[in-house]
Amino acid sequence: MLFVLSAMLIVLIPGCNSTEKGGALSGDIAERVYVAPGELDEFYAFISGGYSGQLSIYGLPSGRLFRVVPVFSVDAEKAYGFNEETKPMLETSFGTIPWDDAHHPDLSQTDGVVDGRWCFINANNTPRIARVSLSTFETEEIIEIPNSAGNHSSSFVTENTEYVVAGTRFSVPYPQRDMPIDEYKGNFKGAVTFIKVDDEGHMNIEFQIMMPGFNYDLAHPGRGASHGWMFFSTYNTEEASSLLEVNASQNDKDFIAAINWKKAEEYMAAGKFTEVETDYRHNVWDESTQMTTSNQVKTVRILDPAELPGLVYFLPTPKSPHGCDVDPSGEYIIGSGKLAASITAHSFSKMLEAIEGEKFDGDAYGIPIINYDDVVAGSVEQAGLGPLHTEFDGKGYGYTTFFISSEVVKWEIGTWEVIDRAPTYYSVGHLMIPGGNSREPFGKYVVAMNKITKDRYLPTGPELTHSAQLYDISGDKMELLLDFPTIGEPHYAAGAPADLIMPNSMKFYRLEDNNHPYSIKSDAEARVERDGSEVHIYMSTIRSHFTPDNIEGIMVGDKVYFHITNLEQDYDVPHGVSMIGANTSELLIMPGQTETFVWEPKRVGVWPFYCTDFCSALHQEMQGYVRVSPEGSSVPLSWSLDGEKMGGE
Amino acid sequence: MKRLNLSLLVIPIVICWSCGSGPGQTEEAEGLEDTRPLGQASVVDEESDANILQVAIGSEAHSTLVAAVQAAEIEHILVNAGPLTVFAPTNDAFGKLPEGTVDNLLLPENKSDLATILTRHAAPGRYDLDALKKEASRERKLYMATGDYLDIVVDGEDVFVGGAKVVGTIETSNGIINVVDTVILPE
Repeated sequence: MLFVLSAMLIVLIPGCNSTEKGGALSGDIAERVYVAPGELDEFYAFISGGYSGQLSIYGLPSGRLFRVVPVFSVDAEKAYGFNEETKPMLETSFGTIPWDDAHHPDLSQTDGVVDGRWCFINANNTPRIARVSLSTFETEEIIEIPNSAGNHSSSFVTENTEYVVAGTRFSVPYPQRDMPIDEYKGNFKGAVTFIKVDDEGHMNIEFQIMMPGFNYDLAHPGRGASHGWMFFSTYNTEEASSLLEVNASQNDKDFIAAINWKKAEEYMAAGKFTEVETDYRHNVWDESTQMTTSNQVKTVRILDPAELPGLVYFLPTPKSPHGCDVDPSGEYIIGSGKLAASITAHSFSKMLEAIEGEKFDGDAYGIPIINYDDVVAGSVEQAGLGPLHTEFDGKGYGYTTFFISSEVVKWEIGTWEVIDRAPTYYSVGHLMIPGGNSREPFGKYVVAMNKITKDRYLPTGPELTHSAQLYDISGDKMELLLDFPTIGEPHYAAGAPADLIMPNSMKFYRLEDNNHPYSIKSDAEARVERDGSEVHIYMSTIRSHFTPDNIEGIMVGDKVYFHITNLEQDYDVPHGVSMIGANTSELLIMPGQTETFVWEPKRVGVWPFYCTDFCSALHQEMQGYVRVSPEGSSVPLSWSLDGEKMGGE
Repeated sequence: MKRLNLSLLVIPIVICWSCGSGPGQTEEAEGLEDTRPLGQASVVDEESDANILQVAIGSEAHSTLVAAVQAAEIEHILVNAGPLTVFAPTNDAFGKLPEGTVDNLLLPENKSDLATILTRHAAPGRYDLDALKKEASRERKLYMATGDYLDIVVDGEDVFVGGAKVVGTIETSNGIINVVDTVILPE
């Protein structure tokens, strides 16, 4: 009995402590995250879904989830990857791929400031970059990255959205070929890709720089004076191909690669590239036709840094740097060595002087290595264990996550002194300050994205949602305000003031602008057309019926396309549709939109379809029937509404 | 085209009314907000097609009906997803009632009676003139939101519902407005 009592005491004490360390009971913290019913959040947060393949959108400070945007993974809820309009979005040179690992969202910028137009995000596994519209929160474009594998050092945007970059984590044989793995050294290459973004947001691979066979981990753009440069962290400069946890941790220093992309543009203009054969897909959604087209691209232009002076320099950086972050002024490039005891800050102006003075410590595959002492500006010493990523508040401070010691550490740019530290629960990966990697961060909150959840929520598992934590960073000390659950595994995130996004929101698609090849503009145009065994149903929806809703003359063996146009022109009135036995998802059709699913009836009978979205008071009445006759039947094709035949043979 | 014109009319008026920023409107709108929630009727949406309430507010011939809807506090019903068919008596229709009837119904203590009378002018579903004729040809009555059934009578080109003649039909985003020349009172 005594033993039991003392065991209870032991259990109770840490229980009390855990409440205190959260601090949620103290002061006015609840009020600071409370967004009253009907009120709106101050910020949008775009949080990657990791292995969910999606992008999730939250409000800050409430932590309320607004939307999961399907990007690299199919989503039956929104028919993404299931309807005929979006299927081509998931095409790759390897065929259709229904999933990927989405890592690093980054927002478009103008003059180094987030501009609220697009969010870019990378697929890690089958290398791709996607562009999501911030007026519709829909994926509008995906471009595949050739010569790449493990597209991790992506998708970071230059300060006028000139380029989105994509760096390969895994170096691979270049060109790809059948060869022994242990001949990695010198034969494997790491491509970093510069994707040009035009004024409409459309992406095109402008060039690739074929770098040595290291692992390219993360990147961030120069800004201000360093605009025109892009910085990539590297590890595995040992060029190991096995047991990397040991063999890629041998060198005291790896590199941050500083790439002068304006120089690259000069070399491109001078024709100093090699155009090589390749094969990748470029998938683009057209707002007018509401269809995605997947195009095959057969060549890519390559720049060789060993042959092109001034294109790339290596900045030695301790112990397998992971995060590679640039402060708002553009002067400091922060490298966080995963295994280092300190955070390294390189100076851009010192780098230029060192290049000018040729203060090099040899080269790696023809790329000059700048003397460490001639480029380093300082380091934050003994800040914690396992530094990963840094964001900035725009008030002179950096905030770095430490995975092993589970904390966010605030330090001062220039003095490199630690100012404050706050524990995270538990083992934080990335962090995000809205606009935190731009010239003008909104330094009010930081979101920490944790890898380990354990006891933060009701415990039923074994799988647990990853936890994010919100801190107020407006004062000297960071204050933990809120835990909230996330989708998949958040890696990076991006944030912007709601005021920047809201004015551009599209409420619905204008019916008069709908140029979908199978759209109809009124009930009167509804019809069914047969072409051999292919049947196209031009159907409309309006509260609360389908037109037509009775169709006869369909046969087993037909391939039936339901093209549904939602005739509503009213905000937030989608209609859904699904058909018994259709081997695909439902459709969820926004006002003014046309979407298509395919049904291949296998059994004779009369089969119902219905609206899947509770659209109106008479939603439950929104249904119809299709009569399926045997193959070769003489039942004529006909369609009707309310007993009135609309057409047919 | 009729619908479009009405929509154009209604937009500026709705903005003023919703935001309470129009001249002479501020006090009234704020007063409303202070006393009760408007529900969906408070949603500001300048892009969607106009709903039944927005069209009614934009129609000068329906100012009595709108005042009655506001007095009965049933605005939210007319902006709901519907679909709803509203038989909307004109000001002249209200004028045909015995003197003092409207003023009496607008008294706060008669709010419930007023709401019932107005709700009896609304049918779940979407019934334009053709649909009403079709219902009549099938010898069906029209089921109203109060649970009553009203007769539909077709006389040549004219359609009467509950004795009120339909003099115009307007499509809205959430249903149909059939303008009628008579207030439909309980039998």
